[in-house]
Amino acid sequence: MGVISNGTTLLDAGALDSGVPTGKLTLIKTLTASSSSTLSFIDGAASVVLDDTYGVYIIKFINVHPQTNDTQFGMQFNAAGAADFNETITNTIFKSRQEEDASPAELALDVGGVLSQATGLCKISHPVGNLANEALSGHVTLYNPSSTTFLKNFISVVNHSYPSATADVDANGQTMNIFTNGYINTASAIDEVKFQFVSGNIESGTIQLFGLGASA
Amino acid sequence: MALISNGTTMFDAGALDSGITKGAMTFISKLTGDGSTTTLTFASGITSTYKEYVFIFTNIHPQTDDKNFTVNFRDGGTNYDAMKTTSYFHAVHGEDDSTSLAYITGHDTAQGTGAQIIAEGISNDADHGVSGILHLYAPSSTTFVKQFMCRSQATRHSDIASDVHVGGYCNVTAAITGVQFAMSSGNIDAGVISMYGIA
Repeated sequence: MGVISNGTTLLDAGALDSGVPTGKLTLIKTLTASSSSTLSFIDGAASVVLDDTYGVYIIKFINVHPQTNDTQFGMQFNAAGAADFNETITNTIFKSRQEEDASPAELALDVGGVLSQATGLCKISHPVGNLANEALSGHVTLYNPSSTTFLKNFISVVNHSYPSATADVDANGQTMNIFTNGYINTASAIDEVKFQFVSGNIESGTIQLFGLGASA
Repeated sequence: MALISNGTTMFDAGALDSGITKGAMTFISKLTGDGSTTTLTFASGITSTYKEYVFIFTNIHPQTDDKNFTVNFRDGGTNYDAMKTTSYFHAVHGEDDSTSLAYITGHDTAQGTGAQIIAEGISNDADHGVSGILHLYAPSSTTFVKQFMCRSQATRHSDIASDVHVGGYCNVTAAITGVQFAMSSGNIDAGVISMYGIA
């Protein structure tokens, strides 16, 4: 049964009519870590959509917590039909950080952590602490992954707790605001993305994939 | 009464059925500055319903020239005084072509409870103000500290475009249940702050 109001179909065949305004940010999939080595969104699997349905995809991280202390969080991609999450990436990364005792505080490029036409894990954090209350939150925006013309730009911003009592800082906690931009240097469509820590599992946390509608 | 279409429940008990696809960014509430108050406070509506809360502030206009726009958080009780550690940097460009990209140690917070600056030295010229966005993650968690990030664009009193980035955490495991925005001095003359929940 459909519902028609003033000549306009509002719903039919078990769904809202496409002409009814709804929000343009659509939750596609939620992944919850449970000592997971990786978390992946793969187009066509487990109800994941990562194709030309949306022009922009936003992936959000909520309290991603490492099993291993002092390890970086990162991502890699697969082109359609490819394997092994090893696309060629060039990226920038910089940090704004401050320790709980106010020193050091700095804004700096992280030239040691970037990829230059490399296929390894693209790190989007500094080492994350794994005390019970430490974690990482933020988001990455992936633009037009289904394009077969352009390389694929991405922008990531996260904030996380830096491990206490590591060798290169004193015993205080620290906030790390990490900005990572770059591109996947392929004209092939990207339809898979994977997240993991450099070392150890993702002990807990949520990663959500959203599609942004009405965007080219 | 429920409304069922093609075997699918569309509405029931006065609401859209949870299975109906709709937007994942839900408007919760809006506050408007009118010059009568020093603060705009979201005292309710921040719960475990959403994993992320987003605050979009638009054309916030200070009554007093050259004041900072700030935020603070409630972690129990009635005071907005959650302990925070934050970082702060800005990129600025003046109408006189002056430029700077710098970490600002005077605007960050190291285990402090005072209000966190999220925009600096805002002009109160009639056409000036500040706009931006604040992300607050999992405020209801009683396990993790509460990470947040903010980016704002303001017109400073000396006619400078100021792009401010703040990242940090409320260093508490108590739930954050309120968020308060304020000018460092003087009332909020005008502007709107909207709060959204992200699925």
